[in-house]
Amino acid sequence: MAVLVKTTINGDPVEYACQPDEPLLDVLRNRLGLTGAKEGCGTGDCGACSVIIDGRLTCSCLVLGAEMEGRTLETIEGMADGATLHPLQRHFIEGAALQCGICTPGMLIAAKALLAKNPDPSEEEIRFGLAGNLCRCTGYDKIVRAVQSAAKEMRGA
Amino acid sequence: MRYESPATVKDAVAMLAKEKGKAFVLGGGTDLLVKMKAGMVEPDLVVDIKRIKGMRDIKKTASGFVIGAGTPCAALSENAALVKAWPGVVEGASLIGSKQVQGRCTMAGNLCNASPAADSVPGLVAAGAKVVIAGPKGKRKLAVEDVPAGVGRTVLKKGEFIESIELPKKDARSGDAYLRFIPRTEMDIAVVSAGVSLTLDAKGVITKARVALGAVAPTVLLVKECAKALIGSTLDEAAKTRLAAAASAACKPIDDKRGTIEFRTDVAGVLARRAAEIAYARAGGK
Repeated sequence: MAVLVKTTINGDPVEYACQPDEPLLDVLRNRLGLTGAKEGCGTGDCGACSVIIDGRLTCSCLVLGAEMEGRTLETIEGMADGATLHPLQRHFIEGAALQCGICTPGMLIAAKALLAKNPDPSEEEIRFGLAGNLCRCTGYDKIVRAVQSAAKEMRGA
Repeated sequence: MRYESPATVKDAVAMLAKEKGKAFVLGGGTDLLVKMKAGMVEPDLVVDIKRIKGMRDIKKTASGFVIGAGTPCAALSENAALVKAWPGVVEGASLIGSKQVQGRCTMAGNLCNASPAADSVPGLVAAGAKVVIAGPKGKRKLAVEDVPAGVGRTVLKKGEFIESIELPKKDARSGDAYLRFIPRTEMDIAVVSAGVSLTLDAKGVITKARVALGAVAPTVLLVKECAKALIGSTLDEAAKTRLAAAASAACKPIDDKRGTIEFRTDVAGVLARRAAEIAYARAGGK
């Protein structure tokens, strides 16, 4: 029997019906058309499906859609302000911190969550903060640098 | 499968107790959803306990801390009083998975998943933590080390679930620590691990000790011989040597690609020794 859920996604009230065993990732992608979160592994290892629920970074493949009643969800689709990209998004583009792009939405969400808690992270803290996000293209260096430069801009430094 | 998110412990127990099919408790879901995805488990009922009042709270009480079973591990390191009292417990729990997994995973779930390599368990055992179990016959308390019955099995009966974890009040001049060996820097589970909790007297002599080892037997071990090796000493070289020998002697590890029996047995002694040094320093010993 389907579960009816009322939740908030990127500031907007959203209602959906989902199967009780349906991961939130599938709800986002297949029911709500929010295809920014990717399914890399489906087992919480790659971070490509990262979202922020009630302020906490998590993998949407490890959450049931049914759990979202009354929660507040942030996805990659809510990161830019209209046509204005988030500084992280801009620095990822400017610094060529992506190649195939599959990991990028998850990287950006994880980086956003990291900077919300720690606006001035060391390189090591960035690497630990993004350790749950796998990238097979970039070798990570450009991602770390993009996060550093975005953090600097966001601090107004 | 049915999904339920009861508002009370009583309702949760009733749902779990009366289910005729396979019922599972959903805390953080970082093990359960992976097993569902892999087809390892096919639940008829999933009971999400996170809507129950207090289930995601960390409470400081006169006798220590009460940590709700649905509390994500990420919340532990944000609680300054908990970090100050039980840094080793928090360190262990904070090593589980990635930041994403930290946002969901729970210590109670880590314990009930009953992996011998569970990173949050040795620290809890060393700290003398207890679990409050709710069930059809009311509540009961168990020491954390008595919960796992083997790899992937616990002593919890039908209808029972862990409601909270209780950490005792920290003794004066006490300290704890947790260390694990992994072949990389993060995103891994322990090949060997050790949790140590020590209490000292005014002269720095160890009066109480609890030493737990992970990933060297079917369940996390509380090693009494390790405690005996330490009590009465000032963690001098002889005591550390006795501790390492007792830790290695307690190991009954598996031999796999992540670590041989010989390696795990040796490293258990090394980690017990190093964790004891950290715990001793944290207790104010010099």
